[in-house]
Amino acid sequence: MAHTENEILEGLAEIVNEETGVATEDVKLEKSFTDDLDIDSISMMTIVVNAEEKFDVRIPDEEVKNLATVGDAVKYIEGAQN
Amino acid sequence: MAPTLSAPAAVPGSQVLAYGAARGDLVVPNDDLVGPIDSSDEWIRQRTGIVTRTRASADVGVEDLSLAAAKEAIERSGIDLETLDAIIVSTISFPYPTPSLATLLAGELGRPDVIAYDISAACAGFAYGIGQADALIRAGSARNVLVIGAEKLSDFVSPTDRSISFLLGDGAGAAVVGPSETPKIGPTVWGSDGDNWSTIRMTGSSLDFRDGKAEWPTLEQDGRTVFRWAVWHTAKKIREMLERSGIGIEDVDVFVPHQANMRIIDELAKQLKLPEDVVVGRDIAETGNTSAASIPLATHRLLAEGAAESGDVLVQFGFGAGLAYAGQVLILP
Ligand SMILES: CC(C)(COP(=O)(O)OP(=O)(O)OC[C@H]1O[C@@H](n2cnc3c(N)ncnc32)[C@H](O)[C@@H]1OP(=O)(O)O)[C@@H](O)C(=O)NCCC(=O)NCCS
Repeated sequence: MAHTENEILEGLAEIVNEETGVATEDVKLEKSFTDDLDIDSISMMTIVVNAEEKFDVRIPDEEVKNLATVGDAVKYIEGAQN
Repeated sequence: MAPTLSAPAAVPGSQVLAYGAARGDLVVPNDDLVGPIDSSDEWIRQRTGIVTRTRASADVGVEDLSLAAAKEAIERSGIDLETLDAIIVSTISFPYPTPSLATLLAGELGRPDVIAYDISAACAGFAYGIGQADALIRAGSARNVLVIGAEKLSDFVSPTDRSISFLLGDGAGAAVVGPSETPKIGPTVWGSDGDNWSTIRMTGSSLDFRDGKAEWPTLEQDGRTVFRWAVWHTAKKIREMLERSGIGIEDVDVFVPHQANMRIIDELAKQLKLPEDVVVGRDIAETGNTSAASIPLATHRLLAEGAAESGDVLVQFGFGAGLAYAGQVLILP
């Protein structure tokens, strides 16, 4: 079952909260992981690993550096589901 | 008709009887290493949890660290040295491919006649050794077995390498394993991922070096690949290990994963939903990543500090180059 954009955003926000303590309501599409949410490269990896599990997708390491904003990640996960 | 051969009688279980530890004599702070790699104390602390690593002086070899750890473990175990049947050493930094470090130690310890061999399983090496010791003992092939994880990795790092060198330290940890009426070492969960053979690697071979085609070979790694594998794969294998050992996460008292990176340790604890009161080995902060030595060093420290006690249920799990991995649930001596 494919997740909708909203479900992915919600799920991702939960993961970000679990991993970094950032409040779920701060995890918005336009937010940059590094600049706005202050997430370092290691936390980013743990978020990716958890997102792969949660949404049953593969996010190769080469892709991770292209995921600058929460919206980038949501879009990538949405596309990778199919 | 072929004759029926006799085989040794099986033994119901094995147990760790005692630990020994030796760390490098030099305490090296982050600031001593950051210059050539354009890093900082803050970067290293935040990304790895490492504050210092212990390294050995030029005149201290991996054999010296091993011998010190071995002597302590044997003495604490209280075994009669005559009942020691095997020495297994895991190391990637003994500078002689042959003869083995284990046979050198056999002579030094006054038991030159024992079964003695080295294994190469990098950071999984101590847990590989415990797996072998448990199997030898339960099969009736050895009574007491000395398992050592020992590294002087500072001989195989480059000051200009940004990928791994700043993580690494020197040390040796040892355990004496003996028979037990009931299993006090659970089933070993182990394996490797040969498709990732070059994920943690040497910069060249000794032949390349001889032929002038490479500098002195040192360690390097694809840190991100290792990190992701270490978290995702290891958590899965630890869950499998608990199940095969017949215990639940709530039965765990002490958790000592390979001391690779504090952030991996934290993430594993999270993935496993480790209860808050479980004591977690965090020796990496001061000792750094000592590869095969890291698990026994961290365990030895927890016992010495009283954070872990005899009878506690320990979950240990090593992972690293190969990518080899191994772990056990065991009852602490
Ligand atoms: C090695 C490790 C700490 C590197 O951290 P990382 O977050 O993956 O680093 P990256 O390569 O993604 O680089 C992220 C940033 O840090 C910088 N960086 C990398 N290594 C650095 C170092 N040693 N010092 C300072 N900065 C460094 C990079 O240039 C990059 O900067 P940029 O964002 O401005 O481009 C991490 O990958 C790790 O610990 N992996 C597990 C390895 C392990 O445990 N191995 C032992 C197994 S036995």
